[in-house]
Amino acid sequence: MRATVTVMLKQGVLDPQGEAVRHALGALGFEGVSGVRQGKVIELDLADGTTEDQIREMCEKLLANTVIESYQIAIS
Amino acid sequence: MKAAVLVFPGSNCDRDLKRAFEQAGFSVDMVWHKDTKLPEGVDLVGVPGGFSFGDYLRCGAIAAQSPISGSLKSHADRGGYVFGVCNGFQILTETKLLPGALLQNMSTRYICKTVGLRVENTQSAFTTAYEQGAVIEMPIAHHEGNYQADAKTLARLNGDGRVAFRYVENPNGAVEDIAGILSENRRVLGMMPHPERACEPLHGATDGAGVFAGLAQALVAA
Repeated sequence: MRATVTVMLKQGVLDPQGEAVRHALGALGFEGVSGVRQGKVIELDLADGTTEDQIREMCEKLLANTVIESYQIAIS
Repeated sequence: MKAAVLVFPGSNCDRDLKRAFEQAGFSVDMVWHKDTKLPEGVDLVGVPGGFSFGDYLRCGAIAAQSPISGSLKSHADRGGYVFGVCNGFQILTETKLLPGALLQNMSTRYICKTVGLRVENTQSAFTTAYEQGAVIEMPIAHHEGNYQADAKTLARLNGDGRVAFRYVENPNGAVEDIAGILSENRRVLGMMPHPERACEPLHGATDGAGVFAGLAQALVAA
C-alpha cells in the first residue's frame, strides 16, 4: 500500500518561499496570483495493513513539525 | 569541568565549539551521533552548527531522532547544561528541549555576516558575563534562522525573561528580533549567532567569549 503525506506550513505562519514564487509568477506576467503556499509531498510505500494511526504517528514524530506545520494523509 | 560536543554527519562547527569550550577550561569529548550514552560526568553538552544530515526533511529533524538524542534529553532533564548554536539551535527545537521553530529567512537567502545583538537577560550561566542591555557583535551564517513561536509561547518567553539575545537589526525575520532563547530552567540555550566564531583575537572579535566564560564560572562555583 501507499500513503501520501502532504505537509504544509500552518495558516498564519509566513511562507517566504511561497511569497518568492508569487513574486516570480507576477514578474512572468501572470496576473491575479494573490497567494502561493509551498509545502512538500512525501510518498510512503508501506506494508499492507499499516494503519492510519501508525502513519499519523510517523507524521507527529518525524515527517511534520507540528509547531509550524500541518499534514494530511491520503491512503491509496 | 567536562563538556561533550555532539557530532552529526554534516556538522561543521563541532571543532570550533570544542576549541571554545577548551579555551574556557573544559575538557572536551567529541560524541558521535550513533553513540547512545554521553561520557560519564559531563556537565555541558554542545550541539554544534552545520548541516546535520544535509538539512533533509527539516533542519535538525533527523539529528533530533538520532541515537544520542535520548541521552541529550535526559542530560537536560537532570538539569545539565546544553548549548546549541545555529543548526544546534534547530536541533534543540526539533527535540522540543526549546519551544518554537526556525523557518527559512524572510529574504529566502543564506545570510553570512556579523550582526549586533542586545543581551536581553543576564540571569543565566550563558549570559551572566555580560551587562544587561549590552550590544555585542557576532557572526551569523544561516538560511533557516527565522525564529517563530505562537503568541502564548512568546508571552511565556518574555514573561520569564527567557529571551537571551535579540538582534539589533533583524536580519532574518525572526519574531520580536529573537536570536537566542533559554529553557525554563535556564540551563539550555539555543542561539543562531556563533559565539564560538568570535571568542579569540585571531577571530577578529571576542564578544562571544563571555558565553563560555560564564558557563565555566557557573560550573566552577557549582
